[in-house]
Amino acid sequence: MTWDINLAIAGGLLIGASAVFLLWFNGRIAGVCGITNGIMDKEVKDKGWRIFFLFGLLMGPVIYLALSSKPMPALPDTSLWLVGASGFMVGAGTRLANGCTSGHGVCGLSRFSIRSLVSVVIFMLTGGISVFIVRHGFGG
Amino acid sequence: MAKNMIALLSGALFGLGLTVAGMTDPVKVQNFLDILGNWDPALMFVLGSAVVATTLGYRWILGKEAPLLDDQFFMPIQRVVDWRLISGSAIFGIGWGLYGFCPGPALANLSLGRYDAFVFCALMMSGSMLARQFDLRFSLYMRSRELRIRVQTSAH
Repeated sequence: MTWDINLAIAGGLLIGASAVFLLWFNGRIAGVCGITNGIMDKEVKDKGWRIFFLFGLLMGPVIYLALSSKPMPALPDTSLWLVGASGFMVGAGTRLANGCTSGHGVCGLSRFSIRSLVSVVIFMLTGGISVFIVRHGFGG
Repeated sequence: MAKNMIALLSGALFGLGLTVAGMTDPVKVQNFLDILGNWDPALMFVLGSAVVATTLGYRWILGKEAPLLDDQFFMPIQRVVDWRLISGSAIFGIGWGLYGFCPGPALANLSLGRYDAFVFCALMMSGSMLARQFDLRFSLYMRSRELRIRVQTSAH
């Protein structure tokens, strides 16, 4: 448990370093959905750095796997319909809210944005309700 | 090219941080949201330490004229809490709780070949593009209605 917390703090610091690095050098906010949406939207011209960021993000788990002996988490036994519905809602919701856990959570809270604070409170709340229903709601 | 290398490094730090913290495991993320069940506070520590580090870094950086490799900072300009922010955040939260994936971890998991990540990301991108279309059309409709009302009232 304590080891878990230490790893959580270490991971959070790495994420913070990533956000600081991107703003310091490139002047950009490290929001994962903002960056990916920019790759898909045709009016956004600067796709290069976005693709590189995404590629780096994908390399993260591979680097970790190469350095540690810890096994990767097991796949939960969940219906793919539910996974798809979840993905669809995450995509639509983050587009409307213009940010997700990284954009509003990490970067937004760090610059004391009211919009981000409102967003984080709402998605934590609805996320909690959603998990409650999935795990305990139907007589589970 | 230098900017691309920085983005690559930043992305890799991000992905590594998520993995080290165990945040690429959707079950662990759901355990955090499950406050009435077997609660796991890990995500709180991840977000907390990330925010502390970023707040300190941002304060220092934003006191400067410009970033090192560009002539301006690209900061979000929206200030208003509107229906998009509220409904979008609510929908995102529901989706997040359903499976425990948010965009970063879902994308990071693609490199491990997890099929749940592929299904999730495909639907996430479709959801994003559909919401964008809906938002564009809805805004256009509201704008045209507003103009029509204005024309009607000024005709009197």
